[in-house]
Amino acid sequence: MSNGQNERREMTGAEMVVQALKDNGVRHLFGYPGGAVLPIYDELFQQDDVEHILVRHEQGAGHAAEGYARSTGKPGVMLVTSGPGATNAVTPLQDALMDSIPLVCITGQVPTSLIGSDAFQECDTVGITRPCTKHNWLVKDVNQLAAILHEAFHVATTGRPGPVVVDIPKDIQFAKGTYVSPQTAPLTSYKPRKQGDLNQIKAAVELMAGAKKPVLYTGGGVVNSGPEASHLLRELVDLTGFPITSTLMGLGSYPASGKSWLGMLGMHGTYEANMAMHDCDVMVCIGARFDDRITGRLDAFAPHCKKIHIDIDPSSINKNVHVDIGIIGDVATVLEDMVRLWRASAKTDKKALHPWWEQIARWRARDSLAYKTNPDVIMPQYAISRLYELTKDRDTYITTEVGQHQMWAAQHFHFDKPNHWLTSGGLGTMGYGLPAALGVQVAHPDALVIDIAGDASIQMCIQEMSAAIQHDAPIKIFILNNQYMGMVRQWQQLLHGNRLSHSYTEAMPDFVKLAEAYGAHGIRCDKPDELDDAIREMISVKKPVIFDCRVATLANCFPMIPSGKAHNEMLLPDEATDEAVANAIDARGRELV
Amino acid sequence: MSAQLQPTGSAYFISRETEKPETHTLSILVANEPGVLARVIGLFSGRGYNIESLTVSETEHETHLSRITIVTRGTPHVLQQIKHQLERIVPVHRVVDLTVRAHELGQERPLERELALVKVSGTGTDRVEALRLADAFRAHVVDANTEHFIFQITGKSTKIDQFIAIMRPLGLVEICRTGVAAMNRGHQGM
Repeated sequence: MSNGQNERREMTGAEMVVQALKDNGVRHLFGYPGGAVLPIYDELFQQDDVEHILVRHEQGAGHAAEGYARSTGKPGVMLVTSGPGATNAVTPLQDALMDSIPLVCITGQVPTSLIGSDAFQECDTVGITRPCTKHNWLVKDVNQLAAILHEAFHVATTGRPGPVVVDIPKDIQFAKGTYVSPQTAPLTSYKPRKQGDLNQIKAAVELMAGAKKPVLYTGGGVVNSGPEASHLLRELVDLTGFPITSTLMGLGSYPASGKSWLGMLGMHGTYEANMAMHDCDVMVCIGARFDDRITGRLDAFAPHCKKIHIDIDPSSINKNVHVDIGIIGDVATVLEDMVRLWRASAKTDKKALHPWWEQIARWRARDSLAYKTNPDVIMPQYAISRLYELTKDRDTYITTEVGQHQMWAAQHFHFDKPNHWLTSGGLGTMGYGLPAALGVQVAHPDALVIDIAGDASIQMCIQEMSAAIQHDAPIKIFILNNQYMGMVRQWQQLLHGNRLSHSYTEAMPDFVKLAEAYGAHGIRCDKPDELDDAIREMISVKKPVIFDCRVATLANCFPMIPSGKAHNEMLLPDEATDEAVANAIDARGRELV
Repeated sequence: MSAQLQPTGSAYFISRETEKPETHTLSILVANEPGVLARVIGLFSGRGYNIESLTVSETEHETHLSRITIVTRGTPHVLQQIKHQLERIVPVHRVVDLTVRAHELGQERPLERELALVKVSGTGTDRVEALRLADAFRAHVVDANTEHFIFQITGKSTKIDQFIAIMRPLGLVEICRTGVAAMNRGHQGM
């Protein structure tokens, strides 16, 4: 990475930026030029080691970098100009903060002497991004620039990963100073704890060994911890014979084809996963954070169980839900100890779990993800199922936007590997999926990368089609087009007397023509019996595709824990009559959502 | 933890606290770099925590460390969250809940002191009375002419409150208080 001559040498700030990127192993950079970053762009022009991916909007750069990071485990890097460049980056920064994605954002700033003068394209970038980053820096001395950049990579990727911003005034980019390599840069004070407390882990293993009705509840922390964590998780499941469910963010860390898999939990999770959460006697939360989409009504959440929580972020423990054993540490490190201690001490009595598994089988038999197929209309669930069947034998990555399609994708597309499912969970950012797919494709040029989108969400970052064409990224945009903001409409049906205020898109672009206008390939399909061939066509086309999949317009996303209800009060698809939907949520809820 | 107000019928929950709020004093050791105070107070406003008093100054010049003292109010659960959230801030080196520490040491509260400058203007008996009371409170006169005094008073916040209340009818003009500086009693450091 670093050669001897670069360890200490004179260079300009702009040269330092490019050198620091190289020294931190960066191969791809997503960005958009502008006045305050021109010196850095000039340096990028004169080298080939770091490839710059030109987006069409800074938000796209951020989500693309997130997609790159999530699919590789490496930090995503974005470069934007001052003022509007920085403010447009705010959404992906907050998105990365909530989903714990390592993201390094370099912003240009007006020259130091102009800061505070309301100069052209000036904004208080560190002030604006302070609450939506793990940490940020305004560089005021070129001699500190290299060390700050190295620390930025360190902070973004260490502990609970997250976004960081380095704001570099233009005069600092021109100024000459001394570059230090990551190896010789001063040590940073940021050293989060990785190793879990062994006594706590021992207590957890004892508690687990005595469980009659256990459940493992895993989350995005397993994915963030790296492939080893997923590997150890699978080992733990095999050893203990415990059933396992996962949040939206953790899908893939345990294979959906595994026999202990209960499906996703939470608001749109499966009946068996939510019932197991409600009735369990020992819950092991691994790298998840008891988010409100998971817990439902807090005072009725898993009322009869002892809870164990493994998290690298001490503030996550006891934040929303009181736990009996909190273990602070990296998932992989803690699971390693846990597996070792289980092997050494606990005898697995899989027989004792039989009644529990029988109960689970009864819940499973409820078949909560069932839907009625229709010979004339494509049901959205059917579209996802076919997409899954026709792509499961390939190296397929799925990104999504936000809404009904996202939940259907999570329910009906099954993931066997971590890092192959990318979605905006915490912030719920419509517009995430297309640029994220671009980022994934840049990192994995030969993979099949599909953005499962909605007709409303896709229009929020549609401009990145142009970036995909420019960079030969053959991403597939699979739109479940029901002409509604489906999830908004579903909630209006549930909460607001079916008054569909502004959730119907009256003027929809012709997505096939739109694809063609960008130089991509457009496909439209509205017949179930033509769907398979259309999907095959999408896969075989070697350029970006927009697939306008016309689905049933009024389908809703079930099962669902109606808002304000507990895990054992799910609304199942066969019970979701119009009347049940209208009465699922009482009057009090309407003022709260 | 907090209990649900009632089944809300909503994806978001309004909960009622069942724990009683307490006032605690936190000591926060931070790297003295630009924006660090904004990070700390931004956390309090962003997450809806209270600040009743705040003092900050660089205490170790060679290592550029500042010590922030914050008096805050919340339930034990919220106070625990505040500590953990503060510890997530990169330039924050250490957070000690001095009140919790005092309880561990078998004391009711940590040593907490404040300084105030109190300007009182007046003539005749009011002026004499002000000086007499200041003496009783062990306040020092740090500036004076024939028509005013500026008293410097140090002590517990309650004592300063009392002093100010007494000075009010005697021609109180203005007050400036430093906020609480605090540490635990005993030989150990934070």
